[in-house]
Amino acid sequence: MSVLRPLDKLPSLNTATILLVGTEDALLQQLADSMLKEDCASELKVHLAKSLPLPSSVNRPRIDLIVFVVNLHSKYSLQNTEESLHHVDASFFLGKVCFLATGAGRESHCSIHRHTVVKLAHTYQSPLLYCDLEVEGFRVTMAQRLVRVLQICAGHVPGVSALNLLSLLRSSEGPSLEDL
Amino acid sequence: MDETVAEFIKRTILKIPLNELTTILKAWDFLSENQLQTVNFRQRKESVVQHLIHLCEEKRASLNDAALLDIIYTQFHQHQKVWDVFQMSKGPGEDVDLFDMKQFKNSFKKILQRALKNVTVSFRETEENAVWIRIAWGTQYTKPNQYKPTYVVYYSQTPYAFKSSSTLRRNTPLLGQALTIASKHHQIVKMDLRSRYLDSLKAIVFKQYNQTFETHNSTTPLQERSLGLDINMDSRIIHENIVEKERVQRITQETFGDYPQPQLEFAQYKLETKFKSDLNGSILAEREEPLRCLIKFSSPHLLEALKSLAPAALFSRIQKLLCYSASHSQGTQDLSSCMSHCIQDVKIMMSQHLDMVNQMYASPDIQLTTID
Repeated sequence: MSVLRPLDKLPSLNTATILLVGTEDALLQQLADSMLKEDCASELKVHLAKSLPLPSSVNRPRIDLIVFVVNLHSKYSLQNTEESLHHVDASFFLGKVCFLATGAGRESHCSIHRHTVVKLAHTYQSPLLYCDLEVEGFRVTMAQRLVRVLQICAGHVPGVSALNLLSLLRSSEGPSLEDL
Repeated sequence: MDETVAEFIKRTILKIPLNELTTILKAWDFLSENQLQTVNFRQRKESVVQHLIHLCEEKRASLNDAALLDIIYTQFHQHQKVWDVFQMSKGPGEDVDLFDMKQFKNSFKKILQRALKNVTVSFRETEENAVWIRIAWGTQYTKPNQYKPTYVVYYSQTPYAFKSSSTLRRNTPLLGQALTIASKHHQIVKMDLRSRYLDSLKAIVFKQYNQTFETHNSTTPLQERSLGLDINMDSRIIHENIVEKERVQRITQETFGDYPQPQLEFAQYKLETKFKSDLNGSILAEREEPLRCLIKFSSPHLLEALKSLAPAALFSRIQKLLCYSASHSQGTQDLSSCMSHCIQDVKIMMSQHLDMVNQMYASPDIQLTTID
């Protein structure tokens, strides 16, 4: 089956792998570059994919964190994300999946309403981050956040696990999400 | 010098921006070097224009000289006009005559003047065997309107002529006729190409765009060269869809080549088809009017936009059509035939749609098909 599972491979020593899934190749590349510029005790690996399922590859390391990048300017991007989500195993959603919405800064170009993405993230019980990946400053900040989250998901931070982090993030969101 | 000519020259010179003024005046070659040197080009434009008009009056500029200046201005500002393309053809079995420029000019002028007494026709020859013709139209009773001329660029060694589109469309048949007879062709047809950029039209019509042929000994590996990635790319970044990307890139490269594309602004494809049904009494098949479908691609620079679909990784239906047609056509990749495969794919899409319609109405004895 071409479904991604979180624990089907053994982890490599001191390595953390993130998978960025999104239709905007240039943005993903820039985000990957920003992430790799960060200081990090673990070795980072970034995989970029346009959609899931991934082509079969034996050499692929274990994926620790999946980030779905949704471009709010493009309905195709949302559609692509929704179709890719079918190929992710349910146990991934225990803190190892994250949604990133880009393009919210240019309100006039947005063809997807913010609530759509909020609902999507809520359905999959995963955190939603907003970042305009085209702006250098925001991208660098987001890269820092993602590196920290990745380290936690890979288990490199003692005392905190991906599930811990998820419940921490969720309790800071208000109860209004339950109404959605 | 006539009042109208003076006014005409003045308005033409006023249109020219100051930085191009000396170049255009030199190309015009009507005022001598000495006279041009007496003009102070650093003044305000009105004063420069006054001085130049004065010099033209001294030299007694005629309407022809003024028309020539207008042609030169248009040659420098080709993109301000929208150009149509006409193709002429000889009848079957006719020989190719030697082209005589003088005879062509005389013949063209005579035909127009015979039909309409009041026309101003001017010629200017340029390189590549091209002649620029300017025609100012009048009627039997009115003088020619110098401010709404039509320009024709005729390449004498080819059957193609480019005409600027103007508002006075009633003269187009006459113009076509004059061009055909003067150049000793049989008929003239308007092609489905229109643009502001004469160079792009030339490139498309004379097939000057770059076509790449397959070579087996390319030294640089495909991945580094064509994916547009930095060769010093971080090895910690891995692209999952690299095989797919390479394929798309290869097909795009085969179709478009490496060089800049001719600048197309829009391309339109029309499909007209009727439906037929085996049994009588079907709604769609009984229509008298055929079904018409129009696909229009438009963009400030259409071909570059299509070419850049590949790096943008937007594998949309259009890109798929392009790749499909590119991988199935043989021999040299003719760009227009590549795009015309879109039409066939639209037919396929339509027939698929018809299958859906058939299924929806669930009537096995009524089947709709398309006929060409």
